[in-house]
Amino acid sequence: MAATPISVTIDQIFILFRDWLDHFLPVAVRPFAAVVLGVIAIACVFPGLFALTTVFERKGLGRMQNRLGPNRVGPFGFFQPIADGIKALTKEDVIPFRADAVVHFIAPLVLVVAVFMGFAVLPMGRNMVLVDMDSGLLFFFAMGASTELSVFMAGWSSRNKYSILGAMRAVGQMISYEVPLLLSSVSVVMIAGSLSLTKIVEAQNHYTGIFPHWYVFTPWGFAAFLMFSIAATAETNRSPFDLPEGESELVAGYFTEYSGFKFALFFLGEYLGMFSISGLGATLFLGGWSAPLSFLNVIPSWIWFFSKVMAAIFIFIWMRGTLPRLRQDQLMNFAWKFVLPFTLLNLVVTALWRFMGEGWARWVVCTAILALAYVLMGRTGMHRKKFGPRSYRYAE
Amino acid sequence: MLGEGIIKGMLETAKNFAGSFVSEERLTTVEYPEQRIPTAENARVFPFLVYDGPDWQAGLRCVACQICEKECPPKCIYIEKSKDKKPDFVGKPQIYPAKFDIDISVCMSCQICVEVCPFEAIKMDTQFELATDDRFGGLLMDRQQLAKSNEYYHSIHPTEATEVDARLAQEKVAAEAKAKAAAQAAAAKAAAAKAETPATGGH
Repeated sequence: MAATPISVTIDQIFILFRDWLDHFLPVAVRPFAAVVLGVIAIACVFPGLFALTTVFERKGLGRMQNRLGPNRVGPFGFFQPIADGIKALTKEDVIPFRADAVVHFIAPLVLVVAVFMGFAVLPMGRNMVLVDMDSGLLFFFAMGASTELSVFMAGWSSRNKYSILGAMRAVGQMISYEVPLLLSSVSVVMIAGSLSLTKIVEAQNHYTGIFPHWYVFTPWGFAAFLMFSIAATAETNRSPFDLPEGESELVAGYFTEYSGFKFALFFLGEYLGMFSISGLGATLFLGGWSAPLSFLNVIPSWIWFFSKVMAAIFIFIWMRGTLPRLRQDQLMNFAWKFVLPFTLLNLVVTALWRFMGEGWARWVVCTAILALAYVLMGRTGMHRKKFGPRSYRYAE
Repeated sequence: MLGEGIIKGMLETAKNFAGSFVSEERLTTVEYPEQRIPTAENARVFPFLVYDGPDWQAGLRCVACQICEKECPPKCIYIEKSKDKKPDFVGKPQIYPAKFDIDISVCMSCQICVEVCPFEAIKMDTQFELATDDRFGGLLMDRQQLAKSNEYYHSIHPTEATEVDARLAQEKVAAEAKAKAAAQAAAAKAAAAKAETPATGGH
């Protein structure tokens, strides 16, 4: 213990703390207790982060619109989430008279549980992974896909036309974007040769000089990261893909009929989904918990992981403050006519990268193919339809 | 190229985000309870009763003529006349409102009462923070709550109040002149009668 430098101790502080707590228990229950402690940590950290994010989001969005944002509760409004939480807890829990009460009750729980499961396989720091699964990526996507179930449960059981519309939109959108999400991660699996998220991080944790070998710094990795980000935004129903919620036309979409704490659970589920998908994106493309420059490795690995996640969250908020909502047909066109073909092409490019071997040639070839495809597909597939000036038959 | 517009838009919001920390004039929000925008001179909320002088009961201009009560479209005014009389601003004895209630939960701020009042006694207030937890009693304003001084009227609607004062002064002068003329006439009549009396007495 005396030999380990202080930076390593801080890096492993949570693991050491867990083991220290664990050694009070009888040997038989230790492995089980270690897992429980990990679960407790995840169940505390991410909702805490959610509370922080809501206030930062509201303040950041306010600033983007030249407003102040919430600033009344506590210093600079930072206790706003507490006030919101108390409000959500004390509100009446309304269940519509004709609703399917059981499904209506279970839906938010299913969402939150499914989203929490995703965190189990995310490596949040060196040795900091709850379950080091060999097929972690697969598990993550399986859990991510089951959130669609809860969304549809919520929309269907509410017996409300807006809810069902929102749920239909949500399921259509999530399934459409699930495909490019998966395919863009497949290129990472092709290079790393493993579905284990810890192995994927290890594969990126090398440095040339001071620069890291993150997959985002390769042509195929950059393209995959871009497509992954687009698909992830759509998966988490965030603006500009927030059609399922569509505050202005569907009054919160599939959770229209939810109030009080169940509404808060949906909200929590949405943000936890953002965290987990950002964590996955960071793991796959941004080197997970590894530092961006080799000499920065003295800073604990979990700080890097969480700062990458928060940076992604900031981009989410920034996009929400900028972009208007898409139309349903634009959303589907974009998914099937641009994102999906591009990720398929990227798989081919990744294979090319893999088999061209070391050297500058693969950089040139892969970049050229991807850039050309991007420009061409953008030109042909995504050009704006030209509509003439609108004419009105009756109103003038 | 695809995505150009998104980058342009993102830069715009970034500019706003950063700018809002730097330049004060970007943030147009007025933090209401602490900061306020002064109300416009023509602002109007609910009516109040004007009184002259220091004592609200003595100086109330209202003479309980009940025109406003009858004209009020939503019928939110309730007046009870007094049995006795008190002198008004010219000194003429007038009855006064023994009870004058306005239900501001009913009032629609139309200002018709102000327009019909021949005595410049009822005017529009600019006080809007009238929230209360008692929706019946708390929103029923009685005579004392409604009475506000002429100085207050000057402070909220200076132009209008000056005009009103000028008009009242004119009326007062006219009334005094009339009274003087009447007094003179009476005196002349009395003098004439006096002058005539000996003559008649002479007969």
